Formats: sequence, C-alpha cells, structure tokens
Amino acid sequence: MTVTFLILAALTLAGTVAAMAMRNLIHCVLALTLGFAGLAALYLLLGAQFVGFTQVLVYVGAVAILAVFVIMMTQSAGPAMQPIFSSFWMTGSVVAAAVFVVLAWAICRSGFASQVLPPPVEAAVHPIGDALMHGYVLPLEIMGLLLTAAMIGAVVLAMHEKRRTP
Amino acid sequence: MNPLTGYLLLSALIFSVGLAGALTRRSAILVLIGIELMLNAANLNFIAFWRYGPNPAALTGIMFAIFSISIAAAEAAVGLGIILAAYRHSQTTELDQMNSMKG
Amino acid sequence: MTLSMFQAIDQIDQIFVTSQHRLVSDLPAEFQSISSAILSVIAIVLVFALLFAITTVLERKGLGRMQNRYGPNRVGPCGFFQPLADGVKSLTKEDLVPRTADQLVHFLAPVLLVMAAFLAYAVLPVGRNMVLVNLNAGVLYFFAVGSLVELAVFMAGWSSRNKYSLLGAMRAIAQMISYEVPLVLASIVVIMAAGSLSTVSIVDMQASYTGIWPHWFVFTPWGFAGFALFMIAATAESNRSPFDLPEGESEIIAGYYIEYSGFKFALFFLGEYLGMFATSAMAITLFLGGWAAPFSFLTWIPSYLWFFAKLVLLILIFIWIRGTLPRLRMDQLMSFAWQFMLPMTLLNLFVAGVWHFMPAGIVRWLVCIALLVAPAILLSRSLKQGKKFAVRHYRFAE
Repeated sequence: MTVTFLILAALTLAGTVAAMAMRNLIHCVLALTLGFAGLAALYLLLGAQFVGFTQVLVYVGAVAILAVFVIMMTQSAGPAMQPIFSSFWMTGSVVAAAVFVVLAWAICRSGFASQVLPPPVEAAVHPIGDALMHGYVLPLEIMGLLLTAAMIGAVVLAMHEKRRTP
Repeated sequence: MNPLTGYLLLSALIFSVGLAGALTRRSAILVLIGIELMLNAANLNFIAFWRYGPNPAALTGIMFAIFSISIAAAEAAVGLGIILAAYRHSQTTELDQMNSMKG
Repeated sequence: MTLSMFQAIDQIDQIFVTSQHRLVSDLPAEFQSISSAILSVIAIVLVFALLFAITTVLERKGLGRMQNRYGPNRVGPCGFFQPLADGVKSLTKEDLVPRTADQLVHFLAPVLLVMAAFLAYAVLPVGRNMVLVNLNAGVLYFFAVGSLVELAVFMAGWSSRNKYSLLGAMRAIAQMISYEVPLVLASIVVIMAAGSLSTVSIVDMQASYTGIWPHWFVFTPWGFAGFALFMIAATAESNRSPFDLPEGESEIIAGYYIEYSGFKFALFFLGEYLGMFATSAMAITLFLGGWAAPFSFLTWIPSYLWFFAKLVLLILIFIWIRGTLPRLRMDQLMSFAWQFMLPMTLLNLFVAGVWHFMPAGIVRWLVCIALLVAPAILLSRSLKQGKKFAVRHYRFAE
C-alpha cells in the first residue's frame, strides 16, 4: 500500500465513476479514458510494462475513439433532458452493491491479507514473446481468427444500410 | 492490509461500478462501456495475481490479460457496430425505447 | 590515432552525460535519480522547442523559395528571429473561447496534445547513452503515447462546438487511425530483425560496420521498403501535406483548432511539429541507425550531432514534399491507406521473413527485391485501372 497506489487507485475510481454517472456521453467517454489510463499506470506499477502499454494503445487509442465515433453518429445536436438512468435503477444499484459486498467479504476472508509477498518481478518483453510463440501459439492463432471475424462482422453491421423501397 | 488485498478490493470496486452502470444506464453505449469496465477489473485481478502469485515466471496472468484485452477490443468493435445498426433501425440508442421486436 | 585522442573523442561524445552526472553527484543520494531525470527532461524540452523555432523559419523560407517569394526576412538577420516575434505575438493576443464551448475540455485539449508529443521523446535515444528511459517495450510505448494525440484532436474539435472544427477532427481521427496500422506494421520488420522492442538495443544493433559500411536496416530490401512506407504513414500521422486534409485551409479553414487563438493556438502548432519530429526521430531510430555515423571513418563526430543531422535532413524532406505535392482528396487518402499501404506492409513482413531464412548472398537480394517490386507495380496498376469516374455517393449515418 504505497502512496502511488492510493493516488492511482483514486484516479482510476474517479474516472470510472464519472464515466458511469455523467450526463453528457462524450464526457463519459473522456472520463473513461482517464480510468483506463489509471489502470494502465497500475499495471506499470505492478511491473507489467507490456500489458500497460497495450492497455493504452487498445483502450485509449482505439476503444474510446470508436465509442466517441458511435456517439457522434447516433446523437442529435443538443443533450436531451431525459433521465439518464433507467426506471429500475434502484434494483440495479442494489445488485451492484451486493456484488461488491460479497466480493469484498470474500477477499477479506481469504488468506491473501496475511500472505508473505514475493519480491518484485518485471515481465520483460522477450519471455512474453517466447510464451506467445511457443506455449500459447494456439490461443494466439485463435485470437487472430477471432479478431478477423470481429472486424468483418463490425464492417458488415455498420455498412448495412439497404433502404427498403417504399 | 497488504498490496494484493488493495488491488483486489480496487478491482472489485471497478467491477461493481461497471456492473451498476451496465444495469442502470439507459444509453446502450454506456452499457457496453460498463461491460468493458468489468472486463478491465478482471484484467487487474489477473495482473495482481501474476505479480503476487507463487510463480510469476510462468507469465500466465500476463498472457490472460493480453488475450482478454484483444477480446475486449473485438467485443467493442462488434458491440458498437450492433448499436449503430440498431440505431439505424429504431432511431434511438436508449435501451428502454428499443422495445419492439418487429421491424 | 593515439589512445589519448580516442579518449578525447569519447569525452566530447559523452560530454552531456558526464556533465549531468557531475551536476547531480553533489546532491544527497535519494534525490540523485529524480534530479537527473528532471535535468534530462528540461534538456529535451529546451532542445526540441528550439528545433521547433528553427524549423518554422526554415519551412517558411524554404516554401517561399519554392514558390518564388521571399518568406520572412524582416526580424533579425535574414529573418531568423521571426519565431521570437511570433512567440511574443501569440502570448500577447487575446485568448478567445467560444461562449458555447465546453470550457474544461477546450482548455485540456492543447495541453494533452503537447504533453503526449513530449512524452514520446522519453524513449528516443538522441545520442550514445543519451536516452531518458531505456524501456523494455520502448517502441510499444512510443505508439501508445502517439495514440493519445487522437484523443486530444477529438477533444479540441468537439469542445469548440463548430462544425468546421468537428469535421476537421473527424477527418483527422479517421486519417490517424487508418495510417497508424501501416505505421506500426512497417516498424514491425525492424523489431523482427532486432529481436527487441527497446529503442536502445535497436540502435546498438545498427551501430556496427562491415568495412566502412554501416549495418543500418534501411540498407536491406525490406528495410528500404519499410522506411518508405513508414515515412509515408508518418507524413499522414502528423497531418503534413499532402495529407493535410484535417486542416485544409481552403476547405475547412484550419480544421480542429479553428476556435483556438493566442497561446493555445501556438500550443497546437508546437504539438503538431513535435509530433512530426518524434515520428521522424523514430524512423531514424528504427531504420537510419539512430545516432550511429554513416561511415566507420566518421565515428569521431559526436553521436548527438549525427542524430540531429539526420533529423534536420528528414525535416527538410518534409518541407520539400510540402512545397511539391498537392493535397489529396479524402477518399483517395483512405483508399491509399487500406488498398496500397496495408497490403504492402503485410508483404514487407513476409519479405523480411524470407530474408531471414535465406542464406546470405546476391540471390537473397534479388529474390527480396523481386518479391517487393513486382507486387507494388501490379497493385498500383490494378488500383489505377479500377478508377471509374462517376457520381460519388456519400455514406453517413442518418
């Protein structure tokens, strides 16, 4: 529990909460990028450099931009003055709070808190590449297939605009 | 409290925030973002367990996080494509107004 | 050469490194690393801001020469103090923010842009032992930080509440995303050859010589093709002419930063040029041997001088291209990215693999060149033939 961890955790939480609670959707996505960046910094703090940079590249550079594009394409000019939460928001928040309580209870009850921690490690890029090319080569190939399929699927979904003739 | 517990609690908090957003927001885009947040919370767990687990040299947690990030990217692309298609169909991205099965 | 001469050359080469060590060595131990990092950051900020000032003059004078006019020639000797005058002007101008603008985002956008541009310099080795951090995943860090620029551009365009700025931002983001793919793919060949993502070890691999010739990656078929593709993609990434549609003055009047004035406008300018320097420096690091001298008998010239000489050369090429080529159309730009750049970079990956597995010799050269040139010609031929002139239909979500 260092000061760095606390600051980054507060930043990440602030970003995620703001992303889920703000009215303007663009503000939500911008707050979300703050949360993602905070998570990436936490990965760096944990010694997982490669994952941290991948997180920034994928989430800030691609997912957030994609979300912003879709928001721009689907929203009309002014922010509508409708409620931002659905009618059963009470149930939803209670369920989420219950999930957190259960998770926190499980974490605190488990033996992690009293465990002796191993010394810091650093995941160098070379072993990761080695693992990807040897031990995890089948998942890697499947991932490539999945990404290709997803790309084609997304293009087909977004391109489809055949007008029904009246 | 030791660092691992801190990370796990933070991850649980992010997961709950994402879940709350996914369950309560009306905008389909924000529901998708909530799901992304839940995936991210899981990733944080993987990395924390890799770092403080008994065998960091095996890199299992890192691998899982990398694959999970790529799956999340694919999911975001397809999900946002679906939202776009649904918007073309029903002229809205508010989930409680998409209540008609017939086109 | 005697031993003392070698030592003197080495001392001149390492003068900045040793003087930094000397400066921080008097401090208490716990402050040493942080103060040396701060010193390096200050040095990077100062040097590249100065380079920005020099480049603006060079660019305006060079373009003026190409367009048969004078360019700036009033302030100082030959107009070389023009950036000072421009700086004073932009600092004293009124800072206008549109009333409908999103104040916070409008303010944050230029800050984020300049910050992202400066962050990229952390992993660029500007000389022997002169790099801020030698990250294990340096190249990945560079591209990750570069993707922050897209966000800053979007923030600027959206928060201004101006349709021109929004159009410019959308164009810029579409262009940056499309050209980021070939940019990354073109640099992967180097990572394959070097077996490392660290910029320092990539440069170290190229800093040896056969006879007088260096081992730069650009002197291989895949390296040359990769360098050309990388530079085209880098031009598009930094929104330079002929890919300057996002800020086309004649159509959308300066694009995403139209609603910025005064110092914030200058920050956008700075960020854009810093991005261009950073991608050029990355190209130098990946393909042109970083700080290594081009011939083995020129290694006595300090490494940082070589780095900056190469950087200035690339900047001059950028200026030359800007003075020569007209702007592309949006659909030409996109189809060029996806139909030419992407297949060529993928092919280049394959060629790099072939090069790696074939025995060294003239056959390897011929096979690799044939594998690259023939598809390039065929691809551009077939793309040209497919062009038909017809009424264009624009697609957008209604």
